[in-house]
Amino acid sequence: MGPESTISLPQELDAESRAWVDGLRATGTEHARALERLHDLLLRAAHAESRRRSHLYPQIRGTELDDLCRQAADDALLAVTAKLNGYRGASRFTTWAYAFAIFEISVKLRRHAWRRGRIPTADDDATWDRLAESAGTAQTKAESAELLSALRRAIAEELTPRQRQVFVAVALNDAEIDVVAGQLQSTRGAVYKVLHDARTKLRGRLEREGHLQQERKR
Amino acid sequence: MSDRDLITRLLGTPGEDTGCEGALARLAEYVESELAGSETADLIPAVAEHLRNCPACAEDYRGLVALVRERDGG
Repeated sequence: MGPESTISLPQELDAESRAWVDGLRATGTEHARALERLHDLLLRAAHAESRRRSHLYPQIRGTELDDLCRQAADDALLAVTAKLNGYRGASRFTTWAYAFAIFEISVKLRRHAWRRGRIPTADDDATWDRLAESAGTAQTKAESAELLSALRRAIAEELTPRQRQVFVAVALNDAEIDVVAGQLQSTRGAVYKVLHDARTKLRGRLEREGHLQQERKR
Repeated sequence: MSDRDLITRLLGTPGEDTGCEGALARLAEYVESELAGSETADLIPAVAEHLRNCPACAEDYRGLVALVRERDGG
């Protein structure tokens, strides 16, 4: 590894984090040992996170779960080593590495649980009626209905087909973003960007039409 | 649910948002700062904003908090 990546780390990096980075930047046996230790760490993190989420996916267990955790550790290992130069020592190394293991196992658990499901596409009157039912107080029902009606028009008129598909699935029907990303052969980050752009467009339209003035005053 | 809650649920909140990759890159720092008692929303507001708007990353954040606490015996 080039000296520039070593220089970028702060002097105050704790000894344990420094040892991790040095091992992963080493060559030969030292590097191989560091990779093995890192994989063990990531695998334990993936198992811990899967246990924390076990109530959400009680059907995934045994060797099926072990396989998902191993795949998550494998993918997290690749991510950590690929991004090692981006580690600036702002946290302990293990905390930084844990985040990748958690991300990978969370995506895998969600997609595995939904692997036979379909992206919800309901944008019909019943969906909007349910939203209207949950919105507003008895005194403000009419205003809420007006707001939802404006939003529904904005979805139809402002969004691209992909933005509409993602917004309807995630925002309107509470589909999990990782599941939608899997079915669109995309990533969480890319789908979130589509959702964020859709939300920005819709918010802009509602603001121009004066529907969000009350929200802004609060 | 008030109109405001409904709009937040559907449209999120309008502040600066790191996106998922940006949040993942700084999540460790965010969690350690928070567990150390810092006001993380002030330190890294764009990560805080993202966690409000992205349930998937927010759940990852909770997982990381739990794991760090377990590691540190907290």
